[in-house]
Amino acid sequence: MALPKYTEPHYRIWHYFYLFICSCVFFFLIAPLFVIFPLSFNAEEFLVFSDGMKRLDPDAFSLRWYEDMIYGTKNPWGLAAKNSFIIALFATLGSVLLGTVAALGLSSRHMPYKGIIMAALISPMIVPLIISGVAIFFFMAKVGLAATHTGIVLAHIVLGTPFVVITVTATLSGFDHSVTRAAASLGSDPVNTFMKITLPLILPGVISGGLFAFVTSFDEVVVVLFLAGLDNTTIPIQMWTGLREQLSPTILAVATCLIVLSTLILVTAELLRRRSERIRGINR
Amino acid sequence: MSSEIQKILTTDGIPLEESLRKAEKKNKLKAFLLVCPLLLFLIITYVFPIGDMLFRSVDDRMVTNMLPKTYKAMENWDGKDLPDENVFEAFYLDYKKLVEEKTFGKLATQLNYEKNGFKSILKKLKRKMKKFEEGDYKEQIMSVHKRWANVEYWRALKRRAPAYSYSKYLKGIDMYEDENGKIVQVPEDRRVHKILWVRTVEVAFFVTVLCFLMAYPIAHLLATLPMKYSNLLMICVLLPFWTSLLVRTASWMILLQQQGIVNDFFVWIGLVSDDNRPEMMYNKTGTYVAMTQILLPFMVLPLYSVMKTISPSLMRAGKSLGGTPFIAFWKIYFPLTIPGIGAGCLLVFILAIGYYITPALVGGASGTLISNQIAFHMKSTLDWSFASAMGLMLLAGVLAIYWVYNKLVGVDNIKLG
Repeated sequence: MALPKYTEPHYRIWHYFYLFICSCVFFFLIAPLFVIFPLSFNAEEFLVFSDGMKRLDPDAFSLRWYEDMIYGTKNPWGLAAKNSFIIALFATLGSVLLGTVAALGLSSRHMPYKGIIMAALISPMIVPLIISGVAIFFFMAKVGLAATHTGIVLAHIVLGTPFVVITVTATLSGFDHSVTRAAASLGSDPVNTFMKITLPLILPGVISGGLFAFVTSFDEVVVVLFLAGLDNTTIPIQMWTGLREQLSPTILAVATCLIVLSTLILVTAELLRRRSERIRGINR
Repeated sequence: MSSEIQKILTTDGIPLEESLRKAEKKNKLKAFLLVCPLLLFLIITYVFPIGDMLFRSVDDRMVTNMLPKTYKAMENWDGKDLPDENVFEAFYLDYKKLVEEKTFGKLATQLNYEKNGFKSILKKLKRKMKKFEEGDYKEQIMSVHKRWANVEYWRALKRRAPAYSYSKYLKGIDMYEDENGKIVQVPEDRRVHKILWVRTVEVAFFVTVLCFLMAYPIAHLLATLPMKYSNLLMICVLLPFWTSLLVRTASWMILLQQQGIVNDFFVWIGLVSDDNRPEMMYNKTGTYVAMTQILLPFMVLPLYSVMKTISPSLMRAGKSLGGTPFIAFWKIYFPLTIPGIGAGCLLVFILAIGYYITPALVGGASGTLISNQIAFHMKSTLDWSFASAMGLMLLAGVLAIYWVYNKLVGVDNIKLG
């Protein structure tokens, strides 16, 4: 981005001003996440930087909120984490299965009414969560699945599939169909072709769709608020309750863990995206 | 002439055209069958429940079925003066039955939605009714409470007579049907929903504008920087995108609190005095700031993917033909980014208009949106049919924008990360 030597002064000033604006926006985007880290190690109960912390006094920092998160007797975080992981895992499996199969159909050039069906399948991502929440709650209450893990998993499959459909159709858009025809001409049946040829090639897209579905379920609070009973509490529900009632440093400890988790997921997703682009031969 | 052309046959003697059509049909069916499981799943667990919501929002049979005799007697009542003795008698008989079945509470709740003050007079009637003597129920009921002699309450009762009604939708836009069947606005001091609708659209609009103003420069920077730098900066966009919404809202709650870092900074630079720190959370400011930061990645990503495809040589060509950098930008670069702008703005607007969590946590009373009102009626007042009606009105708005989005951008062009 170096400016050529002949740049006139006022454009030079404008350019630095532009870079300054960009830095401000990047700061605005990323900085809020970093407030949480130091405060989660606060030795005191307040959510402000104590004088000791400003002086970097080691005594002002402690791990007590992390201990509280894990061993705290009154804390429901253990149960919440267990529920969250179980629900997210099954929701991801369901979303990936249904979404991938649907994406295969949608990517076929023979698919009738492609546009409308695609729009319908993506709609749970677009419709405000509060509406999905109300609708799904009525349904689950009617079929007797409210306040059960199954009900929440089904609801999260609904919310997660659009992401899988989008990522897998994107991967399939660069897919060379002659390889499956080659497999068929060599005597492979469709299932075998899918398992041995198509799936390995679209796997990055499938996994990154799965990651989206996992995060959607793991982070979802609006629908769960309607559906969950006391036994189905999840991490987002606990955070929601905590944020509404009293903002304790324990929540910040949990939040820090969640940021670490999302960083891991981001790195995985990025690596997969690049791999997928390499496989599909898209070089930028 | 066409009859003279020999039909091309396949090896088994079927015309090629027909054989091709058959194969095509088979392929179509195959593709459709692959989509079927998800489609069926969504129809059962999603489309059908939304249809159920629609039914709930107009379904008013509960009251109708609870007071069958009353409504039969009311058929001949013109609604001008107090109804006749036979209506009072029918109401007494209906209500007595409800009290015996112990379901009168539901009626009280429902009628109270229609007109405040119904609950208490129904309860009082229940207590006094035990001593009622046969005959002249009109006098006896009216003596229980003076509101029973108020024709307004009987009109409210009559309004609930039809089994299906769109009154909840009218209520959602602060209107109601008066006794003459005319649709009128509620008194000015009670138009709570209109304020919420206006505020929701206003917040969504300004958040979209703010996101656009902030996203455009950084998307441009990301698209023009060399890969090794832009990949690094891209993390700043993607990390918030992948981080839990609640975590990001929590961090804004810490930053914006009165003793928080933002206020500390303002005091430090001397913008405000230490003992007069402004309230930045639990009002509209909090909603704006937090929602803009949370939705910003949804604007950056579509803009970036469009800008990435614009060749830098176009700008150079513009400049070499004598345009200043600003003219080159405005006449060449900007028009090429319009598809990205459209996609980003529509996406952010759609997401912002239905936002619930962030306004509920940092919005306070003056920063809550229509979604919060829906949740309030679902959880607190338990007026589910009203919540459904409001939800469906919001849904109609969102689907309209989604339709435009689909026409302009196409859903298959949504980019994730």
